[in-house]
Amino acid sequence: MKLINYFKNIFLGLWHLMQGMYITLLNMCRPKVTEQYPENRGTYEYGERFRALLTMPHDEENHHKCIACGMCMNSCPNGTIQVIAKTETDPVTGKPKRVLDKHLYNLGSCIFCGLCVAACPTGAIRFTNHFEHAVFTKERLLLQLNRPGSSQAAKPAPAPKPAPAAAAATTERAETKTA
Amino acid sequence: MWSFTQLTHWIDTSLRSCMSADWALFVEFVLVGVAVLAAYALIALFLIYAERKICGFFQCRLGPNRVGKWGIFQSVADMIKILLKELVHINHSDKVLFRAASFFVIIGSVCTFGALPFAKGLQAIDFNVGVFYLMAVSSLGVVGILLAGWSSNSKYTMIGAMRSGAQLISYEISAGLSLMTIVVYCGSMQLSEIVAQQADGWFVFRSVPAVIAFVIYLIAGHAETNRGPFDMPEAESELTAGYHTEYSGIQFGFFYLAEYLNMFIIAAIATTMFLGGWQPLHIPGWDGFNHVMDYIPSIVWFFGKTFVCIFLALWVRWSFPRLRIDQLLGLEWKVLMPISLVNLMLMSIVVIW
Repeated sequence: MKLINYFKNIFLGLWHLMQGMYITLLNMCRPKVTEQYPENRGTYEYGERFRALLTMPHDEENHHKCIACGMCMNSCPNGTIQVIAKTETDPVTGKPKRVLDKHLYNLGSCIFCGLCVAACPTGAIRFTNHFEHAVFTKERLLLQLNRPGSSQAAKPAPAPKPAPAAAAATTERAETKTA
Repeated sequence: MWSFTQLTHWIDTSLRSCMSADWALFVEFVLVGVAVLAAYALIALFLIYAERKICGFFQCRLGPNRVGKWGIFQSVADMIKILLKELVHINHSDKVLFRAASFFVIIGSVCTFGALPFAKGLQAIDFNVGVFYLMAVSSLGVVGILLAGWSSNSKYTMIGAMRSGAQLISYEISAGLSLMTIVVYCGSMQLSEIVAQQADGWFVFRSVPAVIAFVIYLIAGHAETNRGPFDMPEAESELTAGYHTEYSGIQFGFFYLAEYLNMFIIAAIATTMFLGGWQPLHIPGWDGFNHVMDYIPSIVWFFGKTFVCIFLALWVRWSFPRLRIDQLLGLEWKVLMPISLVNLMLMSIVVIW
């Protein structure tokens, strides 16, 4: 009986080893998922919620949607964003109006949490996929998001809506918390 | 089938025509030495590249892919790097033994490599006790490994060397017994004779004990190369790098080279003893098929079969987790050795019948 068990163990062991080798062979033949980075620069598809660089989109007439409310600055956890506003006289109504002078963004201290994008009432800022941030001096990380000579778009966005991706992220987080 | 004896005879006659017989012999020795060492280095470079590439594929990576197309010059770049590195001298180590150890390992490996029959007529030396010689010389590596572990004056290397010694000496037994099985079957220890007898059928297809011996030899030989699931001596999680922890530069390179070449040597011996060496695949009765197979050069057959065995070794290495030292020795003394002893008796009975 002991002898039978001895041989049974050997053949069972060999059989299991062969099963393992079959699985690794399948793995070897699987298509590889490695991304070859500098070569695939133009073709790589980023995730929808990828956060790499904060930008302020401008339209072709050099207009942005920022109303200089400072919500992004207040929501930023470590003071990365600084909104400098100035007062201008509105040409239509003739009343003084608060407009954006400089939207300063320090890439070196940004933690890419996305709270500023979520807080923006007009959707004026958003994260893009440009992730190649390496520079030689610290000063070059201090960016100004609004372009020189740009101004606020004539009509502000009708409905203040947070970025859909960020909203999805927050609801998801809430769901996992309850679960 | 084209034989390399034509080439060697041509070299011999042309050398003898321009110098005395003794000088011709001397020049031939030098030529053989250069050829063996060049083949040794080239095969090592190729094996290191193949190992890294295949390992990458098994892990769903691409492996080296930057130096040259598909990274084919990666191991050349590594070789240049390792040649340029500093040899660090260890305080309180045994200087003479420390230096000698890497040479023991590499000399054992080169000597074994030099006696292999690579193709028809391409064998540097054909002893009448060829199998015996191969086993004796390849055991020289154990001495080198034990010396390396002892002379480095470090706990890691000491434990690594002791484990390696225990492992190599015990697995040598079942490897030797399975080779003996084939020696019993063919009645000769001469490698050329063993290969010649497999002309009309490889040994592994001819009898059941040969198949068992083949499997045992693959397992034991794999353990002898200190690789794969049997890499106890250099278990990096507990022993950093085992017996070659304190080595650097080309001294480490020797150990590394010998490890890869030992893998090749084990595969080549398995090919020679069980898979017919450089003999093409012949199936009795299929004359047309046999004739077509004869057109493939013998060197291609040898390296093809060897590479299949090497691929098997790599496949095993990247599939299984490492064994514990008691499991390792239990496998040898409780499973492989009894089976190979019984197998040897079985083969003797088959031969007597």
